[in-house]
Amino acid sequence: MAKKMMLGNAAVARGVYEAGCHFVSSYPGTPSTEITECLATYEELHAEWAPNEKVAVESAMGASIAGGRAFSAMKHVGLNVAADPIFTAAYTGVNGGAVIAVADDMGMHSSQNEQDSRHYARASKLPMLEPADSQECKDFAKYAFTLSEEYDTPVFLRLSTRISHSQSEVELGERENIPVKPYEKNISKYVMMPAKAKVRHVFVEERELKLRELAETTPLNRIEDNGAKIGVIVSGIAYQYAKEAFGKNASYLKLGLVYPLPVKLIEEFAKKVETLYVIEELDDIFETHCKKHGINVIGKELFSKIGEYSPELIRNKILGVPMPQGPQDAAPVRPPVLCPGCPHRGLFYVLNKLKLAVSGDIGCYTLGAQPPLESVDTTLCMGASISGLHGMNLAQDPEFAKKSVAVIGDSTFFHSGMTGLLNIVYNQSPSTVLILDNSITGMTGHQQNPGTGLTLQNKPAPKANIEAICRALGVARVSVVDPNEVKEVERILKEELNTPEPSVIIVRRPCALLKYVKPQPAFSVNRDKCIGCKLCLKIGCPCISMKDGKATIDSSICTGCDLCSKMCPKGAIERGDA
Amino acid sequence: MPNILIVGVGGQGSLLASRMIGAFYKNQGLTVKVSEVHGMSQRGGSVVTYVRAGEDVASPIIPVGEADVILSFEELEALRWAHYAKEGGAIVYSTQHISPMPVITGAAEYPSEIPEKLTKYNVRQRAVDALSLSLEAGNVKAANVVLIGAASKLLGGSDEDWAKVLEEVVPAKFIDLNRRAFALGAEQE
Repeated sequence: MAKKMMLGNAAVARGVYEAGCHFVSSYPGTPSTEITECLATYEELHAEWAPNEKVAVESAMGASIAGGRAFSAMKHVGLNVAADPIFTAAYTGVNGGAVIAVADDMGMHSSQNEQDSRHYARASKLPMLEPADSQECKDFAKYAFTLSEEYDTPVFLRLSTRISHSQSEVELGERENIPVKPYEKNISKYVMMPAKAKVRHVFVEERELKLRELAETTPLNRIEDNGAKIGVIVSGIAYQYAKEAFGKNASYLKLGLVYPLPVKLIEEFAKKVETLYVIEELDDIFETHCKKHGINVIGKELFSKIGEYSPELIRNKILGVPMPQGPQDAAPVRPPVLCPGCPHRGLFYVLNKLKLAVSGDIGCYTLGAQPPLESVDTTLCMGASISGLHGMNLAQDPEFAKKSVAVIGDSTFFHSGMTGLLNIVYNQSPSTVLILDNSITGMTGHQQNPGTGLTLQNKPAPKANIEAICRALGVARVSVVDPNEVKEVERILKEELNTPEPSVIIVRRPCALLKYVKPQPAFSVNRDKCIGCKLCLKIGCPCISMKDGKATIDSSICTGCDLCSKMCPKGAIERGDA
Repeated sequence: MPNILIVGVGGQGSLLASRMIGAFYKNQGLTVKVSEVHGMSQRGGSVVTYVRAGEDVASPIIPVGEADVILSFEELEALRWAHYAKEGGAIVYSTQHISPMPVITGAAEYPSEIPEKLTKYNVRQRAVDALSLSLEAGNVKAANVVLIGAASKLLGGSDEDWAKVLEEVVPAKFIDLNRRAFALGAEQE
């Protein structure tokens, strides 16, 4: 078969496809998103975006119990959301194979924390595979289904930003023709109430013992014996870094099954080398395992639990090679910003102006915390803006609710904001919730959601009505406003903040990057009228900067949204060339 | 083993550039790894993409001081990443300035005399007005391909090799624009 350059995520999708998988359900999350987007291109299987990871995994387990091969992909924090069904799916086991891919984000390129998903495998007693390049992404994803059915267990496939988002060559195979197994009612296997679950827990423990035996013999775990003094235990991207650092000057125990871990295999490897290192990004999971079994290894006494590693770092820590020299001159940082024409900008300008406490959420609008807008006070997890605001308002004196709001995006609202809003109504806090409806899942790169009217495959779907949902949850005061109409935003905000009832303001304008949002003619600054007051800089638009004491607009990136012209007291910002 | 670092500002088209360079080395019969940036940094942040080629490539990430060529779509980004270049390597950069937010808000200044600062590294440097040339080709979005054209001799290969890469990687409806952009860049030798 042909070889093809593939992103790790595309290769995972290919493996899932070749395994004959029938059902896929996921929620987007960097760095896992492209897996499901690639799966959408295969017509032989059903793939969909779910409103959140819990729904996705529950649907996948339903598909598995019904007899189909099922798959779900998520980022590490998505696994927290999906943890509830997963821990008990460990007890029920599967009918058709069930595989859950989870992508960690070492270095927090695009995440709110840096948790190590391997803990979940240990805690839920589920096997976890970890590939180290795109070929292994495909092979391991495919094998995971066989493993799942052979051991009657859901299987984790652990990825990381560097594996998911690196391209390397993959040998393609054919799709296996796996029929959906017959569905059989089996109360003692699938109804997890105490009497049945007690029996299944025994099965879980027995299964884990069998998986430990597998860890000793599986070709997924392999020794690369270079007769070297140095030995390293590695998996995933750390294997590539170590290979880069040492080449043939070290021997490797490369782990592909990262839970459960072998003991005899590690002991055998330890005997071959003089000094044994564990190189694992994030937590000391392999190291703790080795030490528990009395195997001497060096790990976190040299390496950090924080951030990404590199070949340079490994050479430095183990061989004492100095770290390469850094930059000769400082360069000002370039943090991510709200895009030109971003519909969130106008709203955050008003929130900053009114000095409100803003309970924030996960999405592009988290960038509203950056200077100069600096109008987001908290960011915890998906959905926490609404529930967090409720707690703030009930803990603080009653006046606090008149100067506090929650901001949450459309996709995040569907994900886990709706229950928080129901709680506000039920427990009666005078909270004001802003739903920033830009009609797309933005930060992860434009995925459809229940509110966009389109499926994962861009086919028509029923369009969830946010106004109707809010009213149905019991919110009587629901209004809609365009964020670029800043005066109207301010008026409605003041009105809703001063009512004692819960209220929702839907701040609606589509993302400027959507294809159907056509850029308008760019604005420019009339230098005769500009007085250099810098009021237009307060909106934090990347198009506007100062040049020779006056404002200037970069017409190559301006989308013509007109927000800046509303800031100018002199009418100096005009549409078209000055 | 060629190591090519592609840097710029999120949204400038580094993904297409890395795929072109990856395809170029793959066509030369080398093993290629490309490491891309997706997600938050694409929102106007500093972005870096790595292309590595050779008989056998382990890490997809280029170590500091080991890049043969750095392609930068923006001048300040050339300064930020210059220490990734190896001794005797090259930096090809667009003279376009995009102010980062700390510069816009007045918390920092856009560094002056970047070409002089780059001379502290023992590398060849080539400044290209990729923005103007892309406009000449027909669209500012082709500035990335102008820059690849300007670096094509450094990267190696014949005109035919690069013509093939353009055909393989660029969507058909943009091929003429990008051929013009590439040619204008290549003339900057």
